[in-house]
Amino acid sequence: MSAKSAEILVVGAGPAGLAAAIAASKCGASVVIADENPKPGGQLLKQTHKFFGSERHYAGTRGIDIGAKLIEEAYSRSIEILLETPVVGIFEDLVVMALGHERLLGVRPKCTILATGAGENTIAFPGWTLPGVVTAGAAQTFVNVHRVPIGERAVVVGSGNVGLIVAYQLRQAGMDVAAIVEAMPNVGGWGVHAAKVRRLGVPILPRHTIVEARGTDHVSEVVIQEIDDTFRPLDGTASALDADTICLAVGMTPRTRLAEMAGCEFTTSPALGGRVPVHSLGMQTSVPRCYLAGDVSGIEEASTAIEEGKLAGLSAAAELGLLDPEAYREQARASSDALSELRSGPFGQVRKIAKDDVVRTYERN
Amino acid sequence: MKRGTYRRIHSHPILGPLPDHQECSILVDSKPIRAREGEPILATLLAHGIYVTRQTEIQEQPRGLFCGIGLCTDCMLTVDGVPNVRSCITPVREGMVIVTETGESHERQER
Repeated sequence: MSAKSAEILVVGAGPAGLAAAIAASKCGASVVIADENPKPGGQLLKQTHKFFGSERHYAGTRGIDIGAKLIEEAYSRSIEILLETPVVGIFEDLVVMALGHERLLGVRPKCTILATGAGENTIAFPGWTLPGVVTAGAAQTFVNVHRVPIGERAVVVGSGNVGLIVAYQLRQAGMDVAAIVEAMPNVGGWGVHAAKVRRLGVPILPRHTIVEARGTDHVSEVVIQEIDDTFRPLDGTASALDADTICLAVGMTPRTRLAEMAGCEFTTSPALGGRVPVHSLGMQTSVPRCYLAGDVSGIEEASTAIEEGKLAGLSAAAELGLLDPEAYREQARASSDALSELRSGPFGQVRKIAKDDVVRTYERN
Repeated sequence: MKRGTYRRIHSHPILGPLPDHQECSILVDSKPIRAREGEPILATLLAHGIYVTRQTEIQEQPRGLFCGIGLCTDCMLTVDGVPNVRSCITPVREGMVIVTETGESHERQER
């Protein structure tokens, strides 16, 4: 299968892209995936913890193992994955340009599925450019994938699931965690993850922020401070922690540049991480034959990304006439129901409402 | 973070022992150090306690690992004479000559 003649091009070989490619391939479509990284799997390769949810979404399985399963299935279906091949542009009529090993590759697939994921947010404070200040993802990548300790003692900023999980993973890797600081009055992530780090003796400090990273050529001390309801530091509450690493786990932003270049219409959704392309229930964007899946359509979780990927893959296959309308309706409904189930509970409900809004905006336009 | 010591995560409760891997040797600022073939240059450097990959051009502030996936360009250095290579995503190969970047660029020096 050559990239030139593929019916469907998927951008991104993370959970959403792999699931999309597999679903479309099952319907008989020829699919190629392009990814900028040297290995497929996206961020799943770094997730050493077990996932929640239902059996349909690999509950109880570790992220790395889910990634391995998806990759194996993709390869067993003869889906070609072009690695170290960043997609650098999308033009009229879905002409896609990728840069593969210093060669520009132009393809014109019948359908394109954007599964470009998200980038991490950062916050700035005095000393934040010092070596030792890293994003939570960088910590996971170097510790879990490359197996190198990035320091000895860390302060984690942000107590969402990413912050909690990273703190736990640093401890598993033999590093110490001085504290997790959280600006909000409550822990942001799930109780199970918070309980796990607390059991290890890692303090979670709500209503605290980081005010300074000290050091000459590397972080050697971290100053944190209590804040009031308006997020202003309270006098006399600053304290210096002995730490050489700061992990920023302060949220993510959808990587939407290709969607913008493709001409997709956008809407702003704070609950989904900012500006996101509007899309139908079947993950169709406002641009014909261009679909979305995963974090690029709003920050959620790997399980929702996989289900959205399936849905996008089915929609693209249906567009190509490879799936009859009735079979499409039935399978798409199963995926939509599964997504609704994943978006239940206090955290999921917020995303469900936001996602429904995105779909309504798509339908209005 | 001690410079000169060689540190790896040898055992891990989930990932198990560090798998054996082909080793190679590279030159970093004229000093030979050992590396795991194919790992990112920055992983090798951090394993050896070298965490500053460059200094900013004007204010000479240290920079190193930040995003770890090739997006932020904080960790650039010179590899085999090519400047501004992202060390967090560029694989190590036997015999690579790596120079951490300091201060002014060649272009500026020539002006």
